[in-house]
Amino acid sequence: MTSTDITDGGGAAEALLSATTLLRFATAGSVDDGKSTLVGRLLHDSKSVLTDQLEAVEHASRSRGGEGPDLALLTDGLRAEREQGITIDVAYRYFATPRRRFILADTPGHVQYTRNMVTGASTADLAVVLVDARNGVVEQTRRHAAVAALLRVPHVVLAVNKMDLVGYAEEVFAAIAEEFTAYATALGVPEVTAIPISALAGDNVVEPSAVMDWYGGPTVLEHLETVPVSHDLAACHARLPVQYVIRPQTAEHPDYRGYAGQIAAGTFRTGEPVTVLPGGRTTTVQGIDLLGEAVDVAWAPQSVTLLLADDIDVSRGDLIVPSGDVPPSGQDVEATVCHVADTPLTVGHRVLLKHTTRTVKAIVKEIPALVTLDDLSHHAEPGRLTANDIGLVKVRTAEPIALDSYADSRRTGSFLLIDPADGTTLAAGMAGESFATNDRSAAAADPEARQGDEAEWDF
Amino acid sequence: MGSAGREGSGVSAGTGAAAQGLNDSPYALSHLDALESESVHIFREVAGEFERPVILFSGGKDSIVMLHLALKAFAPGRVPFALLHVDTGHNFPEVLEYRDRTVARHGLRLHVASVQDYIDRGVLRERPDGTRNPLQTLPLTEKIAAERFDAVFGGGRRDEEKARAKERVFSLRDEFSQWDPRRQRPELWQLYNGRHAPGEHVRVFPLSNWTELDIWQYIAREKIELPEIYFAHEREVFQRSGMWLTGGDWGGPTDAEQVERRTVRYRTVGDMSCTGAVDSDAVTLEAVIAEIAASRLTERGATRADDKLSEAAMEDRKREGYF
Repeated sequence: MTSTDITDGGGAAEALLSATTLLRFATAGSVDDGKSTLVGRLLHDSKSVLTDQLEAVEHASRSRGGEGPDLALLTDGLRAEREQGITIDVAYRYFATPRRRFILADTPGHVQYTRNMVTGASTADLAVVLVDARNGVVEQTRRHAAVAALLRVPHVVLAVNKMDLVGYAEEVFAAIAEEFTAYATALGVPEVTAIPISALAGDNVVEPSAVMDWYGGPTVLEHLETVPVSHDLAACHARLPVQYVIRPQTAEHPDYRGYAGQIAAGTFRTGEPVTVLPGGRTTTVQGIDLLGEAVDVAWAPQSVTLLLADDIDVSRGDLIVPSGDVPPSGQDVEATVCHVADTPLTVGHRVLLKHTTRTVKAIVKEIPALVTLDDLSHHAEPGRLTANDIGLVKVRTAEPIALDSYADSRRTGSFLLIDPADGTTLAAGMAGESFATNDRSAAAADPEARQGDEAEWDF
Repeated sequence: MGSAGREGSGVSAGTGAAAQGLNDSPYALSHLDALESESVHIFREVAGEFERPVILFSGGKDSIVMLHLALKAFAPGRVPFALLHVDTGHNFPEVLEYRDRTVARHGLRLHVASVQDYIDRGVLRERPDGTRNPLQTLPLTEKIAAERFDAVFGGGRRDEEKARAKERVFSLRDEFSQWDPRRQRPELWQLYNGRHAPGEHVRVFPLSNWTELDIWQYIAREKIELPEIYFAHEREVFQRSGMWLTGGDWGGPTDAEQVERRTVRYRTVGDMSCTGAVDSDAVTLEAVIAEIAASRLTERGATRADDKLSEAAMEDRKREGYF
């Protein structure tokens, strides 16, 4: 094919340029569950592993005495990871099919940190939870489901792997799917899709299985390609955190004053009455600039600039909302947090709370409970949270903040707690009710006793 | 050194996309719109939270897209950042010309950190292999310190290289500009934590989630002008370590190396001593996109000699402060 063919024909290049959507997803599962094999197969079968990368992997595998190419070397990017044969940190992978682009948050299987899965799940539209068909739903599976539920990942795929090792038996798959779906639904996961696969043999990953004719659903890739990524934005509370005020003050634009930000949720329209928080002043949307182009309506997650009818005081950190849909504002925050730092979080800790574009001083007033993810039991008043703990906290902020419930908006219901001394991100916070606020077992075990099982965490 | 692959197989794989279009919802964004919106958000976060940000600008396609996104993020206002070019002294003249024209057109301020200056002053020594890529680190980090830049935008993409796949969007560097992959902050939601101590700075990668094909598709959609060396042209080249290199003052070719006239283009733009050209007759953006889609080689595998130095070459350079 020559360049002339393409330009004159037009069709092929046009197809490549046609609009496709983007799906962000995360994987959860230990190495033994076959996560690397699944990721490797998705990348490989979608032709996202290119010749030079494969050659590099083959070369590295040989120099380590391996027989075939070790696909884990494709994903282990750091010297220490390759030396130790482990994955240290979340890595992001990219692949595409003609129908969709994918960003995969590849979370480690070896290192036992909840924070890695929380990191991957925080931006994911979908989570793939792997289960070994021989073992079924185990403690670790319940933790994966709990993190997906806590982070409100809209879609969960249960991939029942190693079906080849259980004789591709439908009953085995059905029993696991039923048990998992019941558990996940009780946690509030809105949608579970269970798929029987063999990542090693390639059954139902990209190609439909030739042996599991009893399964009529999609392959993993088909499901990833077709799952809806946009939500019903009309039903969402519209929110625009102001990032930056654009004031050119040039001859061409002497009076331009635009409030730039990424719409966190919902839609904004010109002519709509809006309120600016925390001040509470009200005006109307006079115009919307979508990166240089005037539009009448814009929606999440578009980055826009709003022009307001009245010249009121608006600055970075303010939140623009429809006047008829104002979120509660206050200084007392109750939330579920995942502690992500090595230094513990304690009652009385002075922190910074970063919520959307606003950072305020805050103090940890109470840590009412520590939550164990495998049975959602609560340990009352643990006194502190350490790395990878999930707990309930009550925080008092120095200034009022307009916080939605995380259940209503992942973007305006989430926040970070930051150590003011060195800038360390201490905790990921989710405001309001979550499954974790329902103490199911009321167990009040000694917080020290739980430390032992942390080594088995396998996100 | 293979060609960029013009069998066309990858092109036909894309033909289903037109029929698919956007899925169900009228509110769905195309992948390019989603990436653009995310990058603009990152630029505005930095503008809102830092005192002295700067954009690394090499005149390569990634930094050109980065600047284009910055221009859109602050329109109709001006980009509130200066540019910084690390000049290896072995740059393609077409690229330097493009750089200066761009700076003038947008009324930007350009800082230059010069590797040649360091060599002339005897601070840095030329390497036996002639490549100056690893030599960029010191001029870059000293410039950052001297100008007290607290946020430095880089055009790095996570799809480029496996060490980059581990890089955060906001990557904290210590006073020596060092990257410690084990001590990275978890990056949650779109809440970027840019806090840093005096002397430290943050490297910011607004194109983290873009792939090479995304970059080219966006260039085509936005009709962004590029330096001419990205398109097929006749040029005198010689082969070294499987790469087609352009000769010049930098030290090539040697007597043993044969100069040929070939029709080539560049997939990346960097130091002339280690950036290879690919055989190509793609003279339009559409042809380049078709070629990239069909290629079975990554851009770095196809055109960068320095990344082949060792399995961890990029990681090691990044740890020292490279971008």
